[in-house]
Amino acid sequence: MSVLVFTALIALGSLVAGFLGSLTGLGGGVVIVPLLALVFHVDMRYAIGASLVSVIATSSGAAAAYVREGFSNIRIGMFLEIATTVGAIAGALIATHVSTATIAIVFGLVLIYSAYLSVRGQPASPVVENQDPLARALRLDGDYPTAEGRERYTVHRIPLGFGLMFGAGTLSGLLGIGSGAVKVLAMDQAMRIPFKVSTTTSNFMIGVTAAASAGIYLARGYIDPGIAMPVVLGALAGSMLGAKVLVNARTKYLRAVFGVVIVALGIEMIFNGFTGRL
Amino acid sequence: MNSSEGKKSGKAMRPFGSGRSAEAAQFSAWKDQRMELIIGNLLRAGVLLSAGVVVIGGIIYVSRHGRAIPDYRDFRGELSPLRNFAGIIHGTLQLSGRAIIQFGLLLLIATPVARVIFSAVAFAWERDYLYAAFTLAVLAVLTYSLFGGSLH
Repeated sequence: MSVLVFTALIALGSLVAGFLGSLTGLGGGVVIVPLLALVFHVDMRYAIGASLVSVIATSSGAAAAYVREGFSNIRIGMFLEIATTVGAIAGALIATHVSTATIAIVFGLVLIYSAYLSVRGQPASPVVENQDPLARALRLDGDYPTAEGRERYTVHRIPLGFGLMFGAGTLSGLLGIGSGAVKVLAMDQAMRIPFKVSTTTSNFMIGVTAAASAGIYLARGYIDPGIAMPVVLGALAGSMLGAKVLVNARTKYLRAVFGVVIVALGIEMIFNGFTGRL
Repeated sequence: MNSSEGKKSGKAMRPFGSGRSAEAAQFSAWKDQRMELIIGNLLRAGVLLSAGVVVIGGIIYVSRHGRAIPDYRDFRGELSPLRNFAGIIHGTLQLSGRAIIQFGLLLLIATPVARVIFSAVAFAWERDYLYAAFTLAVLAVLTYSLFGGSLH
């Protein structure tokens, strides 16, 4: 396979990954790393480096669209980014010290968990409860548009959410993914932030989190232009296409199919990690 | 009399805090959103600019090396000259396709950093010093990663 064919195939694969990632809300990174490692036999370190920069492209490219919808909460995002960026640096440093087989196994587990979250679907919005004093001091509470007009919500269990966000950042830096699934878990489940607010705020945090590990990846030589070029361009084009289609797409079956693909990739990653092939 | 009634009903509609602070919060949320929209559009421009640079570098790279056989099975990243700013700038000035791609990727990594800088300025301008401080903390972490990266 020549450089020309290799570049074209990776760009095409990343385009499909970016497209499905934006339609299902799981992000393209979770598929790009296994695609590069399992199909194109690219070293895990090059794969996570390329995936990480594509994550920055898709997150930053979509930021304006998410803000316009009026769901994302900038204060929650900025406050929690303190945790995710420190976590991302920790993850990137861990990545340079553990074997690629270990990274593959952790990656596989995160894939299976992401698929589970995707299939489980959108939980009901939490009811408005008593205000949390810490949320009040930090002015984290906000409101978001619903069918019955703008509805207020209040943020809970901030230390737990902050800790989980550190974990999300660590996974992002370790695996070169946006780790949107863990970010949503922290905001939606732990902090009881409405689902729509969680997903859009998470998307807007992903780019900044990824930039924190990108510096370390770059210095370690994880970002190779020959692989990153088709991955970034493909994933960016795919996610922009996905955002256009998203408005009137029925994503229920797509999520199920994508979920099955992700579980299969996860099992394959774990298997290859244990047999030492990655 | 009339105006005090108006204030009372205003209070009743807002479950949290006193009327004035809720109004202030709403106004600041509106300002937050406007500011983020401007920043969001700047970000998209940054992403498109860096994608353009990556495309140019990609065309040069593929046209020169399209027939070579790629081999990424083994990791040799630590030997790459494109691991730091000096190496990337040096290669870009020599019109190396790989260096130009890497320069575009560097611009891409800089877009979220620019967003954080803009947010810090905007929070300070709103006199929201708590959040300006949070934003500067995030900026410090990013700076450490980008400029202290070679020290690890």
